[in-house]
Order: sequence, then C-alpha cells, then structure tokens
Amino acid sequence: MSIEFLVATAIGALTAAGIYLCLRARTFPVVLGLAMLSYAINLFLFAMGRLVVNRPPLYAKGVADYTDPLPQALVLTAIVISFGMTAIAVVLSLRTFLETGTDQVDGVPDQSEDRDPGDRT
Amino acid sequence: MTALIAVPLLLPVFAATASLLFRRRRRAIGAAISIAATALLLCTNVALVMQAMRGEVIAYSLGDWPAPYGIVLVLDRLAALMLILTAVLALAVIVHAVLTGLDRKGWHFHPLFHFQLLGVNGAFLTGDLFNLFVFFEVLLIASYGLLLHGQGARRLTAGVQYVIVNLVGSTIFLIALGMLYGVTGTLNMADVLVRAGDLPVGDQGLFRAAGLLLLTVFALKAALLPLHLWLPRAYAGAAPTVAALFAIMTKVGAYAIVRTGPLVIGAQAGAYMLPAALGTMLLGFAGLLAARHLRPMAAYALIGSTATLLAAIALFEPRALAAGLYYLPHTTLSAALLFLLADLVVRWRCVEGDAIVPTPEYPGQRWLGVLFLTAGVALAGLPPLSGFIGKLLILEASLASVWAPFIWTLILGTSLVAVVAFARAGSTLFWKRDLTPATAGTGVRPNFRESAPAVFLIVCLVALTLAAGPVTSYMEATSEQVFDVGAYVKAVLVPLEDG
Repeated sequence: MSIEFLVATAIGALTAAGIYLCLRARTFPVVLGLAMLSYAINLFLFAMGRLVVNRPPLYAKGVADYTDPLPQALVLTAIVISFGMTAIAVVLSLRTFLETGTDQVDGVPDQSEDRDPGDRT
Repeated sequence: MTALIAVPLLLPVFAATASLLFRRRRRAIGAAISIAATALLLCTNVALVMQAMRGEVIAYSLGDWPAPYGIVLVLDRLAALMLILTAVLALAVIVHAVLTGLDRKGWHFHPLFHFQLLGVNGAFLTGDLFNLFVFFEVLLIASYGLLLHGQGARRLTAGVQYVIVNLVGSTIFLIALGMLYGVTGTLNMADVLVRAGDLPVGDQGLFRAAGLLLLTVFALKAALLPLHLWLPRAYAGAAPTVAALFAIMTKVGAYAIVRTGPLVIGAQAGAYMLPAALGTMLLGFAGLLAARHLRPMAAYALIGSTATLLAAIALFEPRALAAGLYYLPHTTLSAALLFLLADLVVRWRCVEGDAIVPTPEYPGQRWLGVLFLTAGVALAGLPPLSGFIGKLLILEASLASVWAPFIWTLILGTSLVAVVAFARAGSTLFWKRDLTPATAGTGVRPNFRESAPAVFLIVCLVALTLAAGPVTSYMEATSEQVFDVGAYVKAVLVPLEDG
C-alpha cells in the first residue's frame, strides 16, 4: 500500500472523528473533536509539500533533491496555535461547568439524558 | 518612511506589554498608557492615510526578505481606511471603558485590548495568507479574553460557543491554505494570483474550491446567513463596551473578502454571497424587531447592517464596492454607538438592566433618549446622517445588477423595519412612564462625562456625512485600486525582480 493512501486515510479518519465529536452536545467530546480536527489539519498541511522520503528540508552535503521546508514551518506554527487554543477551550469548558453546573455546550441542562453514575449532582 | 507601516503592529505590542506592568497597582498609569497608545495609533494611521492617498500601493518587507519568500505588509487605500476606522473606534471604546471602570473589573483588560488591536491591524496590513491566519488567531485569542472580561455564567456559556465556532473556522481556514499551497506552492496573495494564471486544468477546480473555503471562513467572521448564529449570543453576552469594539471584527471578515476577492477567490463567489447577504439582512432586521433587550438588539443591528455592506461587496463591481466602502465606517461606528448606549442605559437606570420596558423616570433619561434617537436614525439609514447616503449609493450602484429588484426591496424594506423597531424601543425606553413610584436606591447621579465617547462617535458620523463628497471620491479611488490587481502585484513582487 502506498504511503499516500495511508496518509490520506489517516487524515480522512481523523477528520470524520473530529466532525462527529464536534457535533456532540457536551463540551468534553467537542474539545476532543477539535483536537482530532487539528491533528488532521496538521497532517494535511504536512502532506501539502508532497510526500517524499529521505530528503533533507534545508541543506545536506552532496544532496541534490530537497523536500519543501515551508509546509513544515507552517505545521509548526499551526501546532503551536492549536495547542494553545485547545488549552483555552479546556479551561473555558471546565470553568463553565463549575459555574453553571452543566457541561452542555448550550448551557441548558438536559433532563432526559441518562446521568453518569459518577455524577455528584 | 515605509517603515511607518509597521507601527500599527509594533505600537499595540509595546502598549500591551507596558500596561501589563500596572495591572494591580497604580492602575491609572496602565490606563493612561493604554489611552495614549491608542491616540498615538490614531495619529499614525492618519499619517498612513496621507501616504495611501498618493495612490501607490506601498509594500514593506519584514526583515527585508523579498516578497514571495519573506512576509510583506501592504498599505493601500483600503488598508489605510480600515486602520483609521479601527483606531477611531478603539479610542472611543478605551475611553468609555476607563470612564465606566470596566477595565478594573479584571486584571488584563488593557493588554487584551491592545493584542486585539494588534490582530485587527495585522489582518488589515498583511499581504500573506498564512500571516493573515496568524493575525486572525491573535485577534481571536484576545477576543476570547475580552469576551469573558467581567465574567458571569451567561458570558461563559456564550464564550464556549464562540470559541468552538471560531476554532472550527480556523480549521477550515487551514484546510483552504493547505489546498492553496498544495496547488500553487505559495501563500503570498500577489504570488498566488500570478501562479493561478497558469495552473494545469486539473488543479483549477482545487484552486476554486480553496477560494470558496476561504470565503466560507471570512463569511463566518462577517456573520453571513448560515454562519451568523454565533454572533447574537456572543455579542449580547459580552460587556457592551467590548461588543462595541467587536463591531470591527465582522468588518475584518468583510475586509478579507474584499481583499482576497479579486486576488484569490474570484468574482464567481458573488453568486453565492449575494443571496446569503440578502437573507442575512432580512434576518438581522427581523431580529431587531423581535429583540426584547437592548444588547441583542444592537447585535442584530450589527448583523443586519453588515449584511447590507456584504450585499454591496458581493456585486464584485467597482461602483458597488465604492458605495459599500462608504457604508462600512458608518455601520461600524453606528453599531458601536448603540452598544455604548446600551452600556450607559444599564449603568444609569440600575434596576431593569437593558430590558426594553418602561421605567420610572431617572436622571439622565432625556439625554440618553437624544443619543438613542441619533443611533436609531444612523442605523436605520434616515436622511440627516451618513447611513442614508450610504444606502442611497448602494441602491444606485446595484441598478445594473440582475439582482437589483431584490436588493432594492430588501434594503428599503429592512430600513422601514429598522425605523419601526427603533421607534418602538425608543418610545418604550424613554417616553412611556412606569407610574409605580421609583424603587429606593435607584437615585444614582449619572456621570454625564461617561457619554463623551458616544458623543465622539456621533461627531464622527456627522463628519462622515458632511465630508461625504471627499470621502466618496476616496472610496471610489479605493475601489478602483482594489480591482487593479496588476498594480498590487507589481508593488508587492517588484523587489524580487530587482534582486
């Protein structure tokens, strides 16, 4: 199986999982979904420089062919930003849960839903 | 003097850092630094407008790396216009925040405020798409902090939704950037345009898809129809002063559409945007009529008037764009004015908050009534103020379009709806008397100085009206410059040809 097929499948699976989780009603799955999406995007951006094996990005002695270094720089920036954003989302949802007593994204507690056995409320 | 272009980015960074030093003690110094920096920013931006008015596109390469490899800041008439609008709005908002003591409700108001300005200014100046993404993130991170400033459960719930929506938006932005880079091998806006010209046929579809994804992201920022749902709750939940500053954020989306429209997205996008903009207009003004509180009302007024602007932009045609650009500062300033007024109403009448209900008479009620009347006239687009001229220009410019009947019906119809909504809200708030005796403890003497920033915004609106002649000719030149992609590309990429 080619590396392109594997990477493309991985990106697709991560994106699908991310979208599914983002559409959940509670904040924890949504945060996980955002993390999945950002992993998928990082892979995607990385693959945009074309998938090549055994080539240096910047300089190596006696090498004629290089891989594109820019997507790697872009991915680095994107990783840092999405890491910070995920941290913000986690803190914010935790704070919202502590202040409003519900972890529903819309802030309205859902009565009909089965309660988690470990739920203190 | 091209280095002056970097000042709108550097100034907020230093102001944010400096004001961070005074977050707990001697807060007056922090506030003074913050206001002084914002005033200085306004002066710088006036100088930049002067530069831009000469008509050339000025590119400044950061670190002196030539264009497609390094990152460039590009100043043209459009960027200068947005910069000065931001500075005017920021000055009014920061003075209002200091006068009303909002900046003392948390520790980091001033640093967050300046990082927000950094993000907004950067988004207006940058000539690189990935850099645009980075500045979007800067302004979003700062806006998360500002949105939650002052806290409270309602604000937190609104904040969570706002953060999630924008994170998904950033993800789509990155997908679009990845596709563009994969197809063209560059992210410099001018270079993308150059290379898009000789793409193989197989890649052109991908390129168009990437352009439309970009449009989706910018439409999310500008709160266009299916993507507007985050705005009312977030803006009505934020402190009204902060929401007034956020009035510029929908315009960042509109700006990005105007900027990347001729360069990357292409005019075919207008066909998708125009119906969405018309629908948003209808929905925004309907929300105005349905609002029971002043802050959601201001949020819907912002959605509706931004949609009017987007409808003009969506025609992708120089005359309509010029009309839209004249309407742009008007809608920003008048929506911000309504948010500042909502804050004053909440502060001065104490008990009822911003609910649109009759109250016992309170001191300062008449003065607020006068200000509200002005804001209503401005947002509905009635004659004495610039909204009327803006809408008239948009109507006139849309005559050539096949969509003209819809645009005319909707703009005129929504204006009527706005008049009705503002008349009803205003008469309930300021005319009807609640005859029950005033509750004890409401006799706070309002501080009339607090309304100074609102009056400043009104003065700006009046100036915009009186100077309609010169301003419209500036906007026409701007719109020609936006569509003259050749000059843009030449200005940005010329250093490469020299070296």
